[in-house]
Amino acid sequence: MHEIVTYTSSVPFLAVLVSLAAVPLIYASSNRPNMREFWTLAAAFIKFPLVLSLLPGVMAGEVAEFTIVQISASPDIALKLRADAVGMLFAVVASGLWILTSFYSIGYMRGANEKKQTRYFASFAVCLSATIGIAFSANLLTFLIFYEILSLATYPLVIHKENKEAMRSGRQYLLYAMSAGVVLIAAIGITYSIAGTLDFNPGGIFGGILLDPVLIKVVFILFIAGVGVKAGIMPLQSWLPAAMVAPTPVSALLHAVAVVKAGVFGVIRVVGFIFGPEVMHEFSLNLILATFSGATVILASLIALNQDDLKRRLAYSTVGHLSYIVLGVALLTPEGFTGGLLHLSNHATTKICLFFCAGAIYVNLHKTKISQLDGIGRVMPWTMGAFTIGALGLAGVPPINAFVSKWFLCQGAMAADQTIILGIFLLSGLLNAAYFFPIVQRAFFRPGGKDLEKHGEASLFMVVPICIVATLSVLLGLQPNLILNMYDLAAGISQSVFQLPAVFIASGVWP
Amino acid sequence: MLEFIQGYYAYIFLATAFTIGLYGMMVKQNLMKKVLGMSIVAATTIMFWIVGAYKEGAGVTVLDPRIGVEDPGMYLNPLPHTLMLTAIVVAVVTLGVALALLIGIYREYKTLDEPTLLERMK
Amino acid sequence: MISSQAPILIPMTFLFAAMLIPLVGAVNRAAAHLTAVLGSALALYFSVIGMQTTLAQGRISYHIAGWMPPIGIEFVMDPLSAFICALLCGVTFIVMVFGKRSVEYEIPQKEIAFYSLSMLLLGGLAGMVMTGDLFNLYVYLEIAALAGYALVAIGDKRAVVSAFRYLVMGTVGATFYLLGVALIFISTGTLNMADIAQLMPMVQDSPAVIVGLVLIVLGTALKMALFPMHAWLPDAYTHASTTATALIAPIGTKVSAYVLFRVLFFVVDPDHLRTELLNLLQIIGYLGAAGIIWGSIMAICQSELKRMLAYSSVAQVGYIAVGISLASPLGFIGAILHALNHAVMKCCLFFISGNMRLRLGHSMIPQMTNGLRKSMPWTSAAFTLAAISMIGLPPTAGFFGKWYLALGAIEQSHWIFLSALLISTILNVAYFFRVMERMYLKPQEPEGVDYSEQTIVRSEAPASMLVPTLFLALSLLVLGFANAWIVTNLIVPMIPGWL
Repeated sequence: MHEIVTYTSSVPFLAVLVSLAAVPLIYASSNRPNMREFWTLAAAFIKFPLVLSLLPGVMAGEVAEFTIVQISASPDIALKLRADAVGMLFAVVASGLWILTSFYSIGYMRGANEKKQTRYFASFAVCLSATIGIAFSANLLTFLIFYEILSLATYPLVIHKENKEAMRSGRQYLLYAMSAGVVLIAAIGITYSIAGTLDFNPGGIFGGILLDPVLIKVVFILFIAGVGVKAGIMPLQSWLPAAMVAPTPVSALLHAVAVVKAGVFGVIRVVGFIFGPEVMHEFSLNLILATFSGATVILASLIALNQDDLKRRLAYSTVGHLSYIVLGVALLTPEGFTGGLLHLSNHATTKICLFFCAGAIYVNLHKTKISQLDGIGRVMPWTMGAFTIGALGLAGVPPINAFVSKWFLCQGAMAADQTIILGIFLLSGLLNAAYFFPIVQRAFFRPGGKDLEKHGEASLFMVVPICIVATLSVLLGLQPNLILNMYDLAAGISQSVFQLPAVFIASGVWP
Repeated sequence: MLEFIQGYYAYIFLATAFTIGLYGMMVKQNLMKKVLGMSIVAATTIMFWIVGAYKEGAGVTVLDPRIGVEDPGMYLNPLPHTLMLTAIVVAVVTLGVALALLIGIYREYKTLDEPTLLERMK
Repeated sequence: MISSQAPILIPMTFLFAAMLIPLVGAVNRAAAHLTAVLGSALALYFSVIGMQTTLAQGRISYHIAGWMPPIGIEFVMDPLSAFICALLCGVTFIVMVFGKRSVEYEIPQKEIAFYSLSMLLLGGLAGMVMTGDLFNLYVYLEIAALAGYALVAIGDKRAVVSAFRYLVMGTVGATFYLLGVALIFISTGTLNMADIAQLMPMVQDSPAVIVGLVLIVLGTALKMALFPMHAWLPDAYTHASTTATALIAPIGTKVSAYVLFRVLFFVVDPDHLRTELLNLLQIIGYLGAAGIIWGSIMAICQSELKRMLAYSSVAQVGYIAVGISLASPLGFIGAILHALNHAVMKCCLFFISGNMRLRLGHSMIPQMTNGLRKSMPWTSAAFTLAAISMIGLPPTAGFFGKWYLALGAIEQSHWIFLSALLISTILNVAYFFRVMERMYLKPQEPEGVDYSEQTIVRSEAPASMLVPTLFLALSLLVLGFANAWIVTNLIVPMIPGWL
């Protein structure tokens, strides 16, 4: 990494805006499904290159900034976007997977004959805008604004089915999300009153300020409660399994990638860019974070074991893996931080793969329970093959990408001399295997019922994205720097947060 | 104590009347009595201004050739009196509106008793 | 030329229109509405010109009949009064445009009285804002109040009773105010606000002045429906015609809040306010915080949309009270910005209830169905936007009022105020999403019918009502993004120097 140079560019703004601009177009063509989905795809295909176009700059240490408008007069804070390395990492993952999810959505929504597809696609586009906005936020207020937009835009997706269960989940979701927003307002306000700035800064903004130990703990807990709701840190996780009533593409992209990762991303921002490792150490804030996330990793895995509903099992697995990332960040070692960041992207590809498979099974065979899955591997070999790859990956089997991030996380735990955390990582790997492998075993090694005979593989709109994400998971496992330089990005971020010399990065090769 | 009463008896009287009026407005259940209370309150407020403008030994604010302009202390402050003309008008208008509303209520519900009124409004 | 006369022109325009409307209406009923629209447009024009001049050249002082203050009555346009006045005129103009169809439908045959009284109300309110004289303020306050009682009385069957209750409470408030002014007059011998402010340091320790101030605050608090003196408000707002509510709700309580601002921050001596009157400020703040929570909880319990909105007004007044009690620049900014935002949001929401009454014949929440999203899509969309803003989610206007208030509370470590502000957000979610669920989602009961599947005739409100509604809803987004501009250019100049 070179010295960071900032330049003004409207590209980050355009990247946020493009899917928002698609919303009126989607509504305008609500009676013509093909046209409507064209707009979704068009927005997705414009957004991803826009995000990617910033990547070379970021790798070279050039950060694009864009001030949209002054949003608060006193204190003087602007609605400002800043495409730095962490933001890029998240934005690339979210916008890249949106393309696949868009194709998959079309197949899924048409296959399942869902109603109100216009509202669905429109909300989805708003969610993506908000996610990219979160990724590129330059300060906490901007972050909060996009965070709230995301909360709100996800609501119509959660209640999509409009039945009793969906409404109940929707209410629960609203309660959690809105409380989180409220808590964040308090945390941000207090942060401003202490630090006098809200700009994200690698290494924290509290440096050189005499801090009140009680107040700083309160602020930290408020922050973690605020972003932890979306990150599903226990005991704030219960909305996530409930929100699985949403259509599967929503669960896949939003409740495995965009929304929940926005929460994790918030944790990363707060720990690395607001508090900074030193303050975290000084007031043992990492202990608070590690306790909660460590407990979540184990408990969520144990709960997942007992779930018969496939999507709920995946949801609890998501809860566990999100806390992996948080735990990695809480280690406060460069390796742990890098591992957490890598897991953010790696868990995204593998988990989205698993959700896609669950959706394909639902649309094709109308099965949602794991106990019904006997023998489906023979009917849907591609789908279940991809599922196996995803499951192996999350269990931490090489050469799939999640292994790489787990490796770094374990290294981080060792570097921090935290044997308990290391134990948690290893134990949860086993539990992952324990709750995923029975599914694979059922699908391939048990005879299927007669009802399977007339069915074949799901529609191509769904199978192709599934295969792509599965392949991506493997390729990124073999070569983490493939195309998108995820590893360099992650390592560079750790370097800037921990303010290490550039030597730390062994560019391009993972150990 | 006696001195206090002697010095402020007008205010004490007004305060008592004000409290009675307020009591009528808040506690009485007949709407007409509330209006009566309101009138008492308005009248005491006006009196309060007038009493506040009272000066021992001073006369009305008309230029008196025997006193001249040298000693303004010999004249009352005319301002509160004139202001209270306005306040009286306001009080009368309020009373008028209140009575009009009462007539409206009576036409609609045939009662001015609050509990009965609440009963009939259901 | 106009600019130096603006302070007097605005109330006079309204009062003149109030006189003109019965005359015009006697000839042609439709012309009454037109006169009201034109009158408020003219007043809006004057207030904008006045505001520009004030911001560029400082306060405009108009001496009535040429008598110099402090002897004569002075009308003052400074950034604060110019802003509130522009807000009044703007809201009135939009409500008058909106009113035509709604008034015809809800209170047929009473249009002329309605328009004349609205103009009278506005004349009173504008006078309250403009005047620099405490007694003159009382007179305008009573003009506005009397017109308000009558406006409320022209409503549904129960409106007369609500109007009577409103009258009783309003009179008590006005009487307290007048007594307070008497005590201040006795101590200072003047009624001109600027003059009193100069004399204050000499008399501030006199019990008469303190009691006078407390009485003024008490009277004003009654008028602005500060908890627990809010009992008159929900009834009055519910039973008045929708247009009348849309007019009174956004601005009526705000003007009383303005009086509180005027007296506490521009008349009282700052040092005095910070020392001996601190308790008074604190009490205002705690009552405001209690009102925020109580109003929100009561709003959740209501089944009628207008009544729910009325209780939410009680809560919103609490925000302003909290802002006042902080007595800091952030609190000031928050309170004024919230007054602006709330005026726009509440006006929009009452418009929506008017649209529903026109098309559905009622605005009962339990009877709303998801047919609404088909039959009145734009009204429903406007409701969504206004609700989001009321809840206080960014980037709508409502968020930023809360943001400044929250920062102000944090700055002074007022954790109770902060929690009240934040808890109310959650409560607002509860009562607004309750309505939105009914508007947009299938009924929950298994036996319930899905109205959206039936052939629903699209019956959106007429353009004269829909356009103002949508305009206000969209302006919530604009206000949100422009809030920094508004604060820097309009609100900061009105903060008194000592804050």
